Amino acid sequence: MTQVTVTVNGNQHIKDVSDNMLLVDFIREKLALTGTHVGCDTSQCGACVIHVNGKSLKSCTMLAVQADGCDITTIEGLAVGDKLHPMQQAFHDNHGLQCGFCTPGMIMSAIELIEGRPDISEQEIRQGLEGNLCRCTGYQNIVKSVQAAATHSQQN
Amino acid sequence: MYSLTYIKPDSIDKAASLLAESDEHKVVSGGMTLLPTLKQRLARVEKLIGLEDCGLNNIALNSGILTIGAMASHYDVSHSADINAKNPALVELASHIGDRQVRNRGTIGGSLANNDPSACYPAAVMALKGTILTTKREIEAEEFFVDLFETCLEEDEIIKSVSLLIPEAAAYEKFPNPASRYAMVGVFVAKFPSEIRVAVTGAGENGVYRCSEIEHALSNSFSADSLSDITLSAEGLMSDIHAEADYRAHLIVEMARRAVNKASSR
Ligand SMILES: Cc1cc2nc3c(=O)[nH]c(=O)nc-3n(C[C@H](O)[C@H](O)[C@H](O)COP(=O)(O)OP(=O)(O)OC[C@H]3O[C@@H](n4cnc5c(N)ncnc54)[C@H](O)[C@@H]3O)c2cc1C
Ligand code: FES
Ligand code: FES
Repeated sequence: MTQVTVTVNGNQHIKDVSDNMLLVDFIREKLALTGTHVGCDTSQCGACVIHVNGKSLKSCTMLAVQADGCDITTIEGLAVGDKLHPMQQAFHDNHGLQCGFCTPGMIMSAIELIEGRPDISEQEIRQGLEGNLCRCTGYQNIVKSVQAAATHSQQN
Repeated sequence: MYSLTYIKPDSIDKAASLLAESDEHKVVSGGMTLLPTLKQRLARVEKLIGLEDCGLNNIALNSGILTIGAMASHYDVSHSADINAKNPALVELASHIGDRQVRNRGTIGGSLANNDPSACYPAAVMALKGTILTTKREIEAEEFFVDLFETCLEEDEIIKSVSLLIPEAAAYEKFPNPASRYAMVGVFVAKFPSEIRVAVTGAGENGVYRCSEIEHALSNSFSADSLSDITLSAEGLMSDIHAEADYRAHLIVEMARRAVNKASSR
């Protein structure tokens, strides 16, 4: 067991964890934040994407102990009260989800992808989301949602 | 995952002595290859030694040689203005490895140590006359890459950095596997004043290798046209569910042509 201190969505947590615990299991089981999903065991699907120190990564491919001292944002940390994050709102408006399983990871990846790039092209969005798989294959509206959020970020 | 102890030493010397303690110990860099293996219980380690605090992520340019620290991530390389100015082919290579999240974590040292037969960096290091600096010695690329997933690294040896020559012109082209984005075939072409070096990944039965037929054709004239008449033999190339050996043979020439075109157009 090792003690780790992490800030998740603005709240500090100090917990004892086994060294072999994955960061995603820590988030889901120890912090009960189940919005971050696990869709594969080969680090390929992106359902588990979160932000650690401002960068998107696959939380299934990092140990909880490796996140000691880090600042983490998960899908639960995006909305402010009842107000959805613009990317969440764009997915809502554009029917960017079907079953919703891939959505948290898609949104976390997409936020980093469009940062500072309001005129990102459709092709760049498709390529930029290559680490996120949607098994409902709803890519068309996912791309539309991300494009809408990018355009929206320019207007604000 | 089997139980393990994670340790994060603050110097490369400490990391090396921890690693030397037992062959059940292993270093971890980005973890993008090692952690999935551990998760699936395909491997087991007693102590996992994290290299993130060992100060190995420097990128430096000195008298015509580019030195990249082992812990430089694919993101770091793809965003380095220094590298882009001297060898944009490396930036392109790094920015097409896997996906965004893999690039944010995966490192050049981990990729070289792993020597995956479909990985991108081995081709660059081979073509750019790379030298791998470890905790024990300096190793030339040609000696370093031994076979599929095998290098000449000893059990207790850690890569510190890799040094690459700056070419006059270079480019990397890969035909990515659409599912994994690893190279089904990847070709790195580098033009130096006195020689042309062409390294192929994703295709050889023994991993990365230099393709002498293409090097020879290009040293007569560095143009895609000089490759028009080349047909490579499929002998020694991999066949798997993704591609037969003769298809790979065809792809090598095609990727080389595209790389030469790209390198010449800069
Ligand atoms: C979905 C996915 C797609 C990918 N696509 C590509 C691709 O298109 N092209 C490509 O080239 N790669 C690809 N990769 C692999 C990726 O580049 C990995 O980052 C890389 O192979 C391993 O680097 P790492 O830093 O994550 O190493 P780790 O997983 O940390 O380590 C890998 C191995 O190397 C050893 N090791 C690590 N660092 C050192 C060191 N400094 N000295 C000695 N030994 C060391 C470890 O003990 C371990 O055995 C992909 C990976 C994934 C998960
Ligand atoms: S759960 Fe599939 S990439 Fe993390
Ligand atoms: S919406 Fe079902 S997996 Fe993407």
